[in-house]
Amino acid sequence: MGHLLEVRNLEVKFALRFGDLTAIDNISFTLDKKEKLGLVGESGAGKSVTGFSIINLISKPGYISGGSILFEDRDLSKLSTGEMRKLRGHRISMIFQDPMMTLNPVLTIGTQMTETVLAHMKVSKSDAMDIALEKLKKVYIPSPEKRLFQYPHECSGGMRQRIVIAIALLTNPSLIVADEPTTALDVTIQAGIMDLLQELCTTEDMGLILITHDLAVVSQVTDKIAVMYAGRIIETGPTEEIVNNPRHPYTKGLINSLPGGLQAGSRLAQIPGMMPTLTDIPDGCAFNPRCTINGPICLEKLPELRVLDGKNHSAACHMLENDQRDK
Amino acid sequence: MFAFIVRRIIQSIVVMLVISFIGFSVQHNIGDPVRDMVGERVSVEEREAIRDKLGLNDPFWTQYIRFVGNAAKGDLGTSYFHSKPTLQVILSKAPATLELVLVSSIIIILLTFPIGIYSALFPRSLFSKIVMGFSTIGVAVPVFLTAIVLIYIFGVELNWLPAYGRGETVNIWGWETGLLTWDGLRHLILPSLSLSSIMLPLYIRLIRSEMMEVLETEYIKFAWAKGLNKNRVWLVHAFKNTLLPVVTVFGVEIGILFAFTLLTETVFQWQGMGFMFLEAVERSDTALLVAYLMVVGGMFVLINTVIDVIYGFINPMVRIAGAK
Amino acid sequence: MKRWQRFKSSYFLYSFRRDPVAVSSFTVFFLLVAVAFLAPVIAPFNPYDTTIIDIMDAEIAPSWMEGGEDRFWLGTDIQGRDLFSTMLYGLRTSVIIGLGAVIFQAILGISVGLTSGYLGGRIDAFFMRIADIQFSIPYLIVAIITSAIFQLAFGVGRFEQMAMPLLIVIIGMSEWPKYARTVRASVLGEKNKEYVEAARVIGLNRRIIMFRHILPNTLTPVLVISTIQVAQAVMSEAALSFLGLGMPITKPSLGSLINAGFEYVFSGSWWITFFPGILLVVFTLVIILFGDWLRDVLNPKLYKG
Repeated sequence: MGHLLEVRNLEVKFALRFGDLTAIDNISFTLDKKEKLGLVGESGAGKSVTGFSIINLISKPGYISGGSILFEDRDLSKLSTGEMRKLRGHRISMIFQDPMMTLNPVLTIGTQMTETVLAHMKVSKSDAMDIALEKLKKVYIPSPEKRLFQYPHECSGGMRQRIVIAIALLTNPSLIVADEPTTALDVTIQAGIMDLLQELCTTEDMGLILITHDLAVVSQVTDKIAVMYAGRIIETGPTEEIVNNPRHPYTKGLINSLPGGLQAGSRLAQIPGMMPTLTDIPDGCAFNPRCTINGPICLEKLPELRVLDGKNHSAACHMLENDQRDK
Repeated sequence: MFAFIVRRIIQSIVVMLVISFIGFSVQHNIGDPVRDMVGERVSVEEREAIRDKLGLNDPFWTQYIRFVGNAAKGDLGTSYFHSKPTLQVILSKAPATLELVLVSSIIIILLTFPIGIYSALFPRSLFSKIVMGFSTIGVAVPVFLTAIVLIYIFGVELNWLPAYGRGETVNIWGWETGLLTWDGLRHLILPSLSLSSIMLPLYIRLIRSEMMEVLETEYIKFAWAKGLNKNRVWLVHAFKNTLLPVVTVFGVEIGILFAFTLLTETVFQWQGMGFMFLEAVERSDTALLVAYLMVVGGMFVLINTVIDVIYGFINPMVRIAGAK
Repeated sequence: MKRWQRFKSSYFLYSFRRDPVAVSSFTVFFLLVAVAFLAPVIAPFNPYDTTIIDIMDAEIAPSWMEGGEDRFWLGTDIQGRDLFSTMLYGLRTSVIIGLGAVIFQAILGISVGLTSGYLGGRIDAFFMRIADIQFSIPYLIVAIITSAIFQLAFGVGRFEQMAMPLLIVIIGMSEWPKYARTVRASVLGEKNKEYVEAARVIGLNRRIIMFRHILPNTLTPVLVISTIQVAQAVMSEAALSFLGLGMPITKPSLGSLINAGFEYVFSGSWWITFFPGILLVVFTLVIILFGDWLRDVLNPKLYKG
């Protein structure tokens, strides 16, 4: 038995009128049971596309153009539509960004929960209700019996996200992909949801992929991190390593821009410029226009991920050898 | 919900009062109830006496209140031409019109939902493109032209279907129906097709665009991510959300459909309320015209209220917000 | 001149030229309106001139058909008038009524909408209630009943004499709530913006603020619904005339021509109804297509309903 999930050289393209556009370029990572991986990057870096490509639900005109996704030793890219559907919401669940938009406004919460159970398990309707109830309790929803007969708009945002998580748990999946699960919520509620996710991974024996732009969130929850930039993973390693010893200038920038430990009145650090859009990715290293340490090679050659000093820490930068003194 | 219904009913009553006021003003200024009753060969003195007796020389408001009172009791005056209570005349013509509207609505629902949904799900298919082309042109074709073309093709050239009248009808508990005889049904085909032709293009486009919008939402994407099958996602998740705006519009559209029966009935010599109304105009039958105005006004108020209440039931959001 | 320069380089004109449907529908619309107004110059016969109309010429088939005559390209109608000329004159009547009715309802609706939206309060509630009531009854029913009442009030003879202005008023009256609601909605959107506040602070009076500052900002949605309304008004006119509640056959419009020819379809004279019908469809279709394009380009927040 290998890893729970192994993504190898994944490539995703968008078929557009003027040709194909590469959104995800040759990314690889692995995830084991109970392991929590953070996919970090700015919006447009390809984090969400990566998440959706695992369950093969990339919005059109996107499609997986290369690589493989091994889940419990099965290659997902070779599955038929029907087989894939049986996996979705069953072995792999997804949690979406905005709980206000994720639940269908005209169906009761009970319906939206039981239909998932009924789609994947051979149980009666009342058994499905029982399962739904049990999962609602698991995500600490007060008076869950009542919730089952309510409509989404009768619940608050934080409550809805708990319901979405409960839906994700219904069929005891072995992998949950959470796409910015707390971005749309109040800060006070965010922590609660994150704790819940973290707890569930351990108790339910699941792997978690946490997609977010918020490095602070990821550093508290995950075991390892992959930083994405313009469709590629530019640095990956154990969470501790990435946070305490970032090597890629982009990761450094991200960590420096975190507000932690700052004096009142001092300015937040920021990375100058913007991430390039997919249509005009510069030659060489995609980060070079914003980079402070780039040399001539950065304009010509695309840097590959290179393993650094053990500990599974690797980064894609030409300047890794001489960047120590810049610090 | 209860407060909501009560409010809607009060609103409807106010609207009915406004309509009755307009109706009464027309009656008061144009109509001549004395002529309607006794004809024209009666001397001026006798007329004046009758006017007094009928209270036609009373102040405007007194007469108006009486008019409303009578109307509430179902007395909308007497038709000059038919020499019968106007309400009775209208009610005897109502089945023809209502059956026409009913059959057209059924045609519309049966055709537009499958076609609209199909062309939303498969917008690139040849069928969807042809449908969209037709519905673009269809919006610009007036109903009477469609009717004439249908008559010319199926009634005159091919001689397959009858081109005018209701055909054989059966009287069931006072309701003259053409739905139960073969001949009556054959007569219904062309008129109801023409009538539905005004709504088909609009409706197909509406359903298609609503459905396409819903298909793009996050909750549909989430439904896919839950691993539900196609039919469940399309028919339960997407369709149910499409239904909401479509039902609201359908309420209004039934009214428009009714309005267009005037044209369809004229073309097909369909002995319904619209045909009766136009005859009443030609014969200067003011009482009948005013009664028609009141009945039609009442009908629209009723339709709108019912639709609002149904909408409240389908859309849980409205229900919670209560009287909005 | 400067404005023209700006218009020439605008996105509006650019997207117009790039869209073949927009260009062709606008061209056809423009040609038809031009032909309609030039009818007295272009038309080979004058259908209003009773001296040249011969009832013996009635129901002559189009010139390419058996029994057709070269004098009458599209044949003649039941009164012996050249169908082509009569159609041009009829189109003119339809265009005038259509445009007239839209201008009428726009003036009425915009004034009400501006006043309602800007003043608010009771005046607003009053006007909007009226609009709501009228909106709950289809415009066609309103138009038909109004013209029936007018016909009874004036008598058929007088009604026919004044048919054109009356129809403009009737169709205008039956459609004004759409403008009122649209304008009101955008006034409410504009009212609390800074530039209006600023105008108020300088001490400009209400009327100037309303007409000089707010009105121009509500014109985009007005422009968009106006195109569709012209098509609607032309179709309403045709419907009323078809029912005999509009233009009399002596003053032909497209609707009354279709109506007049309708009974003769059964005897095989399909062209009397068919050609005016096609002209009507083409005319409304190009307006609708152009209106759709305009809506997509300008993309205003339209009042739904």
